[in-house]
Amino acid sequence: MTNSIAEFEHDSKAIFVIGSNTTACHPLIASRIIQAKENGAKLIVADPRNIQLARLADLSVNHRLGSDVALLNGMMHVIIQNQWHHPDYIADRCEDFDAFKAVIDMYTPDRVSDITGVAPKDIIRMAELYSQNAPAALLYAMGITQHTTGVDNVKSCCNLAMLCGNVGVKGGGINPLRGQNNVQGACDMGGLPNVFTGYQPVSDPGANKKFSDAWGVELSSTPGLTITDMIEAIDQKKIKAMYIIGENPKLSDPDWNHLNHALKKLEFLLVQDIFLSETAQSADVIFASAALGERDGTFTNTERRCMRARKAQDPVGNTLPDWQIISRLSSAMGYAMDYDSAETIFDEITGLTEKSYGGMTYERLGINGLQWPCPNPDHPGTPYLHKETFARGKGKFHAIEYKDPAELACGEYPFLLTTGRMFAHFHTGTMTRVSRHLDVEQKTGYVEIHPDDAMTIKIKSNDPVLLTSRRGQMEVSARITTDVMPGNLFLPIHFGENPTNILTSSNAFDPLAKIPEFKVGAVRIERLIQ
Amino acid sequence: MDCEFVPSVCSYCGTGCGVLFEVIDGRINRTLPLKSHPVNQGKLCIKGWNLHEYINSYMRLKGPLVRENGRLEKATWDEAVNQAARRFTRIKEEHGPDSIGVLVSAKITNEENYLAQKFTRAVIGTNNVDHCARL
Repeated sequence: MTNSIAEFEHDSKAIFVIGSNTTACHPLIASRIIQAKENGAKLIVADPRNIQLARLADLSVNHRLGSDVALLNGMMHVIIQNQWHHPDYIADRCEDFDAFKAVIDMYTPDRVSDITGVAPKDIIRMAELYSQNAPAALLYAMGITQHTTGVDNVKSCCNLAMLCGNVGVKGGGINPLRGQNNVQGACDMGGLPNVFTGYQPVSDPGANKKFSDAWGVELSSTPGLTITDMIEAIDQKKIKAMYIIGENPKLSDPDWNHLNHALKKLEFLLVQDIFLSETAQSADVIFASAALGERDGTFTNTERRCMRARKAQDPVGNTLPDWQIISRLSSAMGYAMDYDSAETIFDEITGLTEKSYGGMTYERLGINGLQWPCPNPDHPGTPYLHKETFARGKGKFHAIEYKDPAELACGEYPFLLTTGRMFAHFHTGTMTRVSRHLDVEQKTGYVEIHPDDAMTIKIKSNDPVLLTSRRGQMEVSARITTDVMPGNLFLPIHFGENPTNILTSSNAFDPLAKIPEFKVGAVRIERLIQ
Repeated sequence: MDCEFVPSVCSYCGTGCGVLFEVIDGRINRTLPLKSHPVNQGKLCIKGWNLHEYINSYMRLKGPLVRENGRLEKATWDEAVNQAARRFTRIKEEHGPDSIGVLVSAKITNEENYLAQKFTRAVIGTNNVDHCARL
């Protein structure tokens, strides 16, 4: 997030939520939005489903799955036509506006309405609410990113925010809501194939030398493979061994059949987890980890706030903290790691990650933590980014044309399937399904279908149905609800007995970010009983 | 009875709500919201209130396992670590460092993510390291 969670409640005059089911997936951020609305802020919601937040909105629209770029371009068209944009901000702080405007000029409300299914008057009203109530915060989640056009979608969000001068101001910004407690931290710590900590590129000679010197080893300057490419490399027998820590790709990665086939080709699979996940069941060796509350360490949340999680009880059974396991494995392979505490490791990180984490210590983090960038010991942390100037200098406008999703509804597969989370469960369900009070909320998987479609295929609520995509098929029970639009289906991702990735495609992913298109896929639905 | 309250951070979504673990006789008994915390100000969602339930689940793995004759069997840490070290070392020698991939995690700490990518880059010798931010 460029901005902070508390700003939504206290500083934003408009909040635009697109592709985030916030009350279900980030409830304590949703409560800030609801509070903001109480304080008089305008709320705009765009989502292909009728999410709970839509019922509180000043304006809510259901655009077609995968039509985000068109919808955002349409809003910007209206804003420029009415001169609701901020020419001074654009001239002072941004670049490449003219090429961007030339594309936007083509996205008239009528044309955008044809692509998105949103009425022209609603597109105009959305544009007015967002641009005429400053500062406006834009919030999104996986509904924007899990598309073949994920990068285009994000860039379009950025275009809209810059057009109205909403970046670098308190209460504004572009705010992706992170889905896991330490996605931000995993990225910040260099858990990516092309960068060390603090996004220092492995291919940059200076950064490479710095880390090579610090670690006492000559390091590779060739970026590695992303998770999507690794699975392909396993299938082609180029990758022979995997070490998977705290992940369950058997449920979370696209195309279960393809992945399962590939994993069997591995010569060696090491899994490190707190549960015997679907992925761990295929492992040759399993390292059992200590959980939250059983070891010290820090997490960095979606607003870049690095916070301490303290040890409250001893690790269960014969489990060990992950940092001790990795140290032991490393030492056994001839590279000694002798850390006596998580804090010693943190101090090594801050010494190598000067610009963002450099000023942090366990003592300074205290209870509330610190938001990066925090470059020196006196720095108070940074609630919002790009204040005077953008990190890259000028804010770059990208001219982006709408592209169809990889799969459209057709004769053989007439429905569009989208996937996501529900309020009581989390990701692949390994943590929530063993929790008694969460398990009782929802015991197993289901597919949401609109009443009109349910009538057409002659099913009642809870009837079993068969879903078929180009990849595979699965049985699941139906839930009839107007939360989905006619022609659309929704499947939650938490349930191993109804794995959504039996149906989703591993070939449909964003060419740059390699993120799979979990939010749109063509399927057929049939009833299973007469 | 010995009772203490230990501050921590919820491990579900990316919001990062501050929690207090109520620890009775050395075991986490329940989860409470941190009233003064800048993120959640004394509130939690249904998942946060039940955070301790997965930590204390009987389904937790209790120790390392090694596959022998097709079955996963209990092992000591030395056995499990040495076997993994041996297999990685051999595959690296035969096929080169880029024949190994590592997935780090959005669920483990910063310190652990840092060590995992350091292990991948400095010990295995490849940049094949990624995690589930995309998923």
